[in-house]
Parts: sequence; structure tokens; C-alpha cells
Amino acid sequence: MPKFTVEDLKSIKAGHADRLAFKDKIYLLICGGTGCHATGSLKVKDALLSELAAKQLQDKVTVVETGCNGFCAMGPLMVVHPGDVFYQKIALDDIPRIVQEHLIDGKIVEKLLYKDPSTKKPIAVQTDIPFFAHQMPRALRNKGLIDPESIEDYIARDGYLGAARALLEMNAEQIVQEMIKSGMRGRGGAGFPTGVKWDFARKSEGDIKYVLCNADEGDPGAFMDRSILEADPHAVLEGMIIAAKAIDARKGYIYARTEYPLAITRLQIAIARAKENGLLGQDILGSGFDFDIEIYQGAGAFVCGEETALMRSIEGRRGMPRPRPPFPAHKGLWEKPTILNNVETLCNVPQIMLHGGDWYASVGTATSKGTKVFAMSGDVNNIGLVEVPMGTPLRTLIYDIGGGIPKKRKFKAVQLGGPSGGCIPEQHLDTPVDYEEISKVGAIMGSGGVIVMDENTCMVDMARFFMDFIQEESCGKCTPCREGTRRLLQLLEKISQGRGEPGDIETMEALSHTIRETALCGLGQTGPNPVLSTLRYFRDEFEAHIYEKRCPAKRCVDLLEFEIDPELCTKCGLCAKACPVDAIVWQKKEVARIEKDKCIKCLTCYDKCKFGAIM
Amino acid sequence: MSTFEHPEHPDIDEAMWSRINQVIDTNRSVSGAIITVLRECQDVVGYLPVPLLDYIGRGMNLPRSEVYGVASFYALFSMTPKGRHTIKLCLGTACYVKGIKEVMSRIENKYHVKDGGTTEDRRFSVQGVRCLGACGLAPVVVIGQDTHGDVTSDKIIDIVERYE
Repeated sequence: MPKFTVEDLKSIKAGHADRLAFKDKIYLLICGGTGCHATGSLKVKDALLSELAAKQLQDKVTVVETGCNGFCAMGPLMVVHPGDVFYQKIALDDIPRIVQEHLIDGKIVEKLLYKDPSTKKPIAVQTDIPFFAHQMPRALRNKGLIDPESIEDYIARDGYLGAARALLEMNAEQIVQEMIKSGMRGRGGAGFPTGVKWDFARKSEGDIKYVLCNADEGDPGAFMDRSILEADPHAVLEGMIIAAKAIDARKGYIYARTEYPLAITRLQIAIARAKENGLLGQDILGSGFDFDIEIYQGAGAFVCGEETALMRSIEGRRGMPRPRPPFPAHKGLWEKPTILNNVETLCNVPQIMLHGGDWYASVGTATSKGTKVFAMSGDVNNIGLVEVPMGTPLRTLIYDIGGGIPKKRKFKAVQLGGPSGGCIPEQHLDTPVDYEEISKVGAIMGSGGVIVMDENTCMVDMARFFMDFIQEESCGKCTPCREGTRRLLQLLEKISQGRGEPGDIETMEALSHTIRETALCGLGQTGPNPVLSTLRYFRDEFEAHIYEKRCPAKRCVDLLEFEIDPELCTKCGLCAKACPVDAIVWQKKEVARIEKDKCIKCLTCYDKCKFGAIM
Repeated sequence: MSTFEHPEHPDIDEAMWSRINQVIDTNRSVSGAIITVLRECQDVVGYLPVPLLDYIGRGMNLPRSEVYGVASFYALFSMTPKGRHTIKLCLGTACYVKGIKEVMSRIENKYHVKDGGTTEDRRFSVQGVRCLGACGLAPVVVIGQDTHGDVTSDKIIDIVERYE
């Protein structure tokens, strides 16, 4: 196949303009992300295709499977263009109706529209839905729009033009300067300035250098990188090409999580297409620059998100970190100068080359520029992927975009930054999204996981959950992390089982500070954060567990005895039917009663009862 | 071609051995390929019995300590046999907040099996896994190739029972 030149890129872009402006036909954009696949979007696509064929509409209507749209909880999703009409939770029975009413009669199918959780009013146009309206897509600019398996779709959205500029018109120093000007900081969590990192590696001596992409998104509750890789894999490749030119590397690796099979498949397809068309390999775009990318699949170890551990893993060894310096920019993979960037960081790079660093820095705060992608989940109405300008208050994120807390429950805390992060309570919800401001209130920006928790969440239990994770994932190389996190976990288990003693809180605090100061790598140094941040804002809950042997949120089962309040019980029997061990005695028109020796404290009845009669 | 005699193992037949040899041959000269080799061999056999680890070590020209070290470090690798169906419960934060703990304890009580274990009849293996990144569907349970979203503790047994 002939190699692309810049002229080819421009003519493909012009030739595809109608497709992306939705001028020539009707386009049905079906979400093909992991979430929608699980809810059946592939079956919906097949049913649509056969219904279109049956009605002989296949020439007028095109079905495109896009990457993750971001509004994952509403799947299967479809957006109809022109008109930008957003349909959610599409069942197979709905297909004939969509084809007849929308495509033939031109009427919107109201039943499948998004409904505002408070007013219950349907909203037809995607960009009018608050979840989308408050966003500013930059890293996610192509999500839900292009077919991730089509390189032409990507090129039509300015794809590879940033690389063309970097390869043909700029030298390494100019690329680095543009990155420094953009103010971009590493989106993996630590927030180190990307341009500065590249500059170190550029100045580092060596005939062989490497560019690595960290796609080992290990934080539980984070799925930004998965969505980007599924929706826009070429953007990551293009970012890597530009980084390679900046430091003069010839080889790149993408370290991808094995838990993300769809993302890996899409990446493989993208790499193959790019190679076929001369956008990877030798003499890219006739610039004389050679660069190749390989995917390296991880095998499940959280610590491999740490840069030195990740490099050990690519070398085929146990993924354990080593002390720095030497920094990877001097001695990284196979002891050669190496840079490692996160998926989200890299996919912003082509835009920065194309529009300039000043353009990128035009939004954001004094120290945090550009936009940030968050994966919002937990106890919030609108679960999904969100991209907002830096400086957006957390309250906007949770209430305007997220639509608030479901089931009329009260907000309790929001957890930012994964296991290394912290919980932020109600009084700090006006904190803007900014690296420094977020660390002031005891959390970290992290990679972008935002988990909202309502009043039914026990903070002692959450601290225990995160510590369990950290302890499990500790690689065991340094003592403070290996032994310290285990000891913290034991203390938290003791407290949540009702065996807590006076002094336990103080022991945990002292231990946490020691681990923080002495652990070898980022995992250990930030490991005690979940304990410290919950203690900072929810100390009273710890005290209730220790001194009163009581779990205020009713989640720590060892501290609970279930009883039914005869005043509140409506004698409906729902609890008795739900009980898996028949521990609830109930007859029609009688108040139910729990037999305590049979009860396994599974909380099923507690969650089932609509009248709050079980306590 | 691999020049070693392979050991006998009840869970590995001749066809599997020849695929294992292929995997080793393709990767022998690639530095750092041991994780790839272990993953592909595990895909063939279902798990990594110790005699297989030794065989891979000889084929890749690596000390057995190093092969065992890598296999025991990463969560993906298992050295014990699996059941016909693997029930993976996502232990990510979103799933935890939405009640995966209760789902797990329901399965444990019903089938008398602990996290990481296999039922005696080898029908199910139960495995708590790291975040699957499908937080929009929390709590998430994956059985075989099927992803089940919004799985609460009162629904889980009905779902699991569909797999014989």
C-alpha cells in the first residue's frame, strides 16, 4: 500500500468532511464501548442493520459503531445525526419503532429519550443533556463520533496533522518548548510537567531511547484510559510519534492492562492501519523519521503503574520499583533513556502541536492548564466519563453533570485519586479541580477516578477496603509498605469488627506518617492516604466504632443486630420473601420477626424494606 | 523446534503440548517475553501447573526461580486448576460502594466456596478481580465471556444457576 503524504491526509480530510458533518446521509452512531457491549449494543446494531435492509433504507442510513460515548450507565446508547438525538437503554423490541417513527416518519421516539432526574422531562438533543452540556471535550473530542477502527475517520478530524507538523516543520527543541508552553502536566496522577520530562530525555545522551505509554489503568473505579483507547486509539499513537521525535526515540511500547481486551483489539487494529499507510515504520510522512510501536500486555499488578516497576515488567521480570535517581529519562527501559506518559496526556499532544501551547493553556487555573477527564461512578445519578476545564468546582461535577445523589439520599463524601487519594466531604465541595487545591483538602488529582458516596457508606469500611487493596498490591520490596500496610489493615479490621481499643486511632496515625516518609515508591508513600483522609474528616465514625461499638452507616455487619420496628412495619412480607436463609418469620397481616440465630447479616432485608422498618 | 521431552501431566494433552512448544519457539529470542509466554500457555491449559513452569523455564533458557517468581507475582497467573465457569466479581471501588461485598458473600454461602477457590465438583471458580473499568454497570460480575451489570445480591444466584 502506498505511504501517505501530507497531501493525502488533506485530501482524505476533505473527502470525509460530509460524513463527519452528517450532510450526506442519516447516521446512527451506536456506542461500542465495553459498557454498552455488555448491555447488548452489538445485538442492537445487528437488529438495526437487518431492519434497515428490510425497509430498504441501507443506502440512506449508515450505522457506525463508535467507541465509548461516556454515558455508560444508560447503555445501549445511540445518537442519530443530523439532529444529535440521544437514545438510551435501547431494547431489541424498540428497533422497528425507531426505524419507522424516526427514520421514516421523522418523529422522535420519546420513550427512549433521557429524562431529567428531577423534572422527569425528556431531553432529545445530546448536547442539551446536562451531563454533556457542561463538558469541554478535548482529550475526548472524537468519542462517540468516529469509528475507532477507521483511520480515515480519524484523519478527517485533523488526525495525524499534528504529527505532520511536528515531523516536517518543527525540531525537537521546538516540540518540547510548545509542550512546556502548554502547561500540560502528567495526567497519570503525579502531575509532573510533561514538557520538562521530555526535555530531560531529549538532553540525555544515548543512541537508543524509548517512548512508553502507560495504559495500565489500575486505579479501581477509573476507566478514562479504557474509554480513550476504545474510542480514539490513533490519538494515542500520534501523541507517541510526536514524543518520539521530541526525544529522538525509534521504538515505543504501550503497556496495556490485560483486563481491557476491547481496548487492546482496537489498538492492534489502529497500529496495523498506521503501519499499512506509512504513519508508523520507516520514513513517516516522508520526513525521514522512523518509529515503531508495540503493545505489551500487563498481567495484573497495580504497582506496575509506577514507572520503574512498569519498565521492569516490560523487561519480563517481577514488576518491582527501584529507587530514583537515576530517573528513567537517563536510565529507563533496558537502562536506556526513556519517557513514560499516560494515555490521556498523550492523546492531548497532537492538538497542542496543531493549535499551539498557548491555545491549550487558555483554559484552566494558574498552575493546572487545560482539561481533565474524570470517570464518575458510585452513588450518583449520571455515571460516566466527563471532561471539564481545570478549575471546575467538584460541586458542578457531582450535581450539575452527575445529576446529584439517587434515591433521595444525602451526599457524604467524594473519593478522588483512587487508593492513593482521599475522601472529600460536603464542606469542601466547592474546591476547584486543580492539582494544588485538591491536595490542600487531603486528596490528590490522581488519574481521574471520582467515586461519589452517599450516607449509607461507612467510612471505616471504605478505609478498610482501600487498605485491603494497597496491602494486596504491595510488591513486598520495601518493609514500610509490606509490613506497615498489613498492620494498618489489621487495625482497621479490628475496628470494623468491634474489637477496637482506645489508642488504635493514634497508632494508625503514627504508622501512616512513618510509611509515608519511608516507603520506596509512590504506592507506599501514598498508601496511608485513605486512612489519613477519612480520619481527618470522619474521625467521629471511627470513634463510634471503637467506643460505642456502633456503625452509624450500618455496613459493618459484626456491629449490627437486626430487628424489625413493629410501628414502621407495614406487614408486606417483602423482607421474608427476600431473605435467602428463611430467617424472617412472617404471615399475612402480621408484623415480621427476625430469628437472630439464623440471620447471616447479609443486609438483603435492610435494602429491600421500603419503610425503614429494619434496623 | 523445542528439543526437550515434555513431562506427562493429566491436564495437558499432546495437542496442548505442541501449542506450548509453538509459543516457546516464537518467543525464545525475544527479550522480556516470559510474561507473554506464560499468558499464552495459560490460555492453552487453563492454568499453570508447576511442571509446566519448569518446562517453560528450560525452553526459554531461564532459571526456574525466575519463572516461578514472575508467575507468582502477577494476579493473572494461577497455579491451581479452575472450574468449568469462572465467576469474576469486580472488586473496584464503584462496585464495592454498590454492594459487591454482599454479592460475594451470597455466592460463598450458597456454593460453599471462598474467593479464589473452586467448588468441589469443579463447576465454578470464584475470583474477586481488579477493576474491570465498567463502573457504569456496577456492581459487575463476569461469568465466562458474559458481563452482567447491576447485579445485586438477590439477583446473583438466579444468574449463576444458568451456568451448568
